[in-house]
Amino acid sequence: MKQTSIKARYLVNLAAALLLFALAVVIGMTGGSTMKLKITPSLWQCSYLIIMAASLNLVLGFLGQLSLGHCGFMAVGAYAASLFSLALQRAGFYTEKSGPAFMLVLLLSFLIAGASAALLGLLVGIPALRLKGDYLAIITLGFGMIIVNLINNLPFCGQQGLSQGSASSALYATGLGFSNDEKMQYLWVAALVVILCMTVMFMFVRSKYGRCIRAIRDNEIAAAASGINVSYYKVMTFTISAFFAGITGTLYACCNASLSTTSFAFTNGSILNSVFIVVMVVVGGMGSLTGSVIAAVVLFLLNYTIKNGAWVAALPAFLQNVFTYPMLVYSIALIVVIMFRPRGIMGSREFALCDIPKWPAWISSYFASRGLEKSAKKEAANHG
Amino acid sequence: MAEKITPVLETKKLGISFGGLHAVQDFNIQIYSGELVGLIGPNGAGKTTVFNLLTGVYVPTEGTVLLDGVPLNGKKTHQFVEAGIARTFQNIRLFNDMTVLENVKAACTKDIHYNLLDATFRTSKFWRAEKASTDRCMELLAICHLEDKADLLASSLPYGQQRKLEIARALATNMKVLLLDEPAAGMNPTETAELLSCINTIRDRFGVAILLIEHDMSLVMNVCERIQVIDYGQTIASGLPEEIAKNPKVIAAYLGE
Repeated sequence: MKQTSIKARYLVNLAAALLLFALAVVIGMTGGSTMKLKITPSLWQCSYLIIMAASLNLVLGFLGQLSLGHCGFMAVGAYAASLFSLALQRAGFYTEKSGPAFMLVLLLSFLIAGASAALLGLLVGIPALRLKGDYLAIITLGFGMIIVNLINNLPFCGQQGLSQGSASSALYATGLGFSNDEKMQYLWVAALVVILCMTVMFMFVRSKYGRCIRAIRDNEIAAAASGINVSYYKVMTFTISAFFAGITGTLYACCNASLSTTSFAFTNGSILNSVFIVVMVVVGGMGSLTGSVIAAVVLFLLNYTIKNGAWVAALPAFLQNVFTYPMLVYSIALIVVIMFRPRGIMGSREFALCDIPKWPAWISSYFASRGLEKSAKKEAANHG
Repeated sequence: MAEKITPVLETKKLGISFGGLHAVQDFNIQIYSGELVGLIGPNGAGKTTVFNLLTGVYVPTEGTVLLDGVPLNGKKTHQFVEAGIARTFQNIRLFNDMTVLENVKAACTKDIHYNLLDATFRTSKFWRAEKASTDRCMELLAICHLEDKADLLASSLPYGQQRKLEIARALATNMKVLLLDEPAAGMNPTETAELLSCINTIRDRFGVAILLIEHDMSLVMNVCERIQVIDYGQTIASGLPEEIAKNPKVIAAYLGE
């Protein structure tokens, strides 16, 4: 089959991105009440879960280092962004959540959130990335816990401080926290951020940087012997990953009325948990950014239906009991994926629009090879 | 061979001890550009340890490594590579989940000059650098007869070709000295012959110095201009292949007395 040219691929992807963005704008302008109350908040949640999973995939799937403190960077981003926007609001820079002044604040919030998380990623990464495997996991796990405690105890953030009183009302009324109307109105912001972040991550992965970090994942000694500065690229990837996690913090601040460190804590049982993000990466496929996107959406939907689906009430009582412990369901989902697709849904492949015409051929060759395997097994059994 | 003033690779009293074990002691070697030198010795003699010292994997406890007369003390592995020493491994270490071409391109990283912004915005600088690197890597693959395998996963190659890919990857670093750690291990005679022609092409074309560890004596005796023999970490003989073959110390080390 003829190979689609690189230019055509870029154009198709650009068109798809524009279409997605246009869709978000249209929904924002015309959406009805179901859209406003149910779907839009979910889309916002999906937006940060997607970027979280994809950015963790840079470290876990492409660099091959297990980090369990990814939500710590998100927390830093969320607090940096909301403190920044609150401060500007108090200074009278903007009064309502619209107009060019607010747009500027929103843009700067994203950048500041990313930058502060990246800085922290750099500081944590330099010492932590000297360790490997389980030890790195423990260090990053510890970091995630430290950051939550740190935020709790800093005088200007946490329970009291800038917001004076409960953080919730302040964030909701003046800061980034969007109401359902605003979430719909600004749905394009979420879409734009996801598109931009995913694009940048793709460009990073499909460049010499991506090649280097995959080389490090595959064989660190050989990578060093090929002239790759292993520790430099490790820290760089960790920092970039933290940058995107910081950006998701702003998205999180936008779609919540209140900020509380407990939502980023390791012990929280919600979908937003460093371990759960790791699960997303593993389910989606380590080394596949599109896999992370798919897994983030699928696991979000699973989580959503377990918590809100009417069909759960129709199930037998014992199953309902199981569903009151969603973590149990995720574990089962993870085990099922590991059993049947050990390398995740996508493996290290990427979904590409231009490859869709090739799918029938791929699928038939997949089943053909499965058939061959089976007949080989049968033959072996017959001989045995 | 006409001796030049500075050898491309030289070691002076190189040695390393792990606790009380003197793995390599007083190792001196001079290799000149375009030369093919063999390093042999019985199992456990310290040959690979010498390679690890020459590539900065181990930090020597004594002595220095000089490249073109410049000492490389205190440098890291990737800096040794930047200076011009490349190696292959005794047990193949490829980037298994990457394609053959990517394996070689990964080793070009230090010669691909664009930054994160170029990569993000896909500037013309990015495309030019990537294209130049791809072309060069395809040439290197052609030297190792792997050009038609460029898009396969490295792990899917048969053993002999994996060995050659390691050599191609080492070539991509633009080295002055190439260290080959048992390149013919586990190869059948046909594959060994192919490898031999590949090594000769490399030497003629790039004029690099090659240091070779090998157990296949016919290969060593055929291609190496000089041979250095080590046993228990100490040099016991060095000289022309015919001299080495007759040297009683070498025979004793290999066969026992």
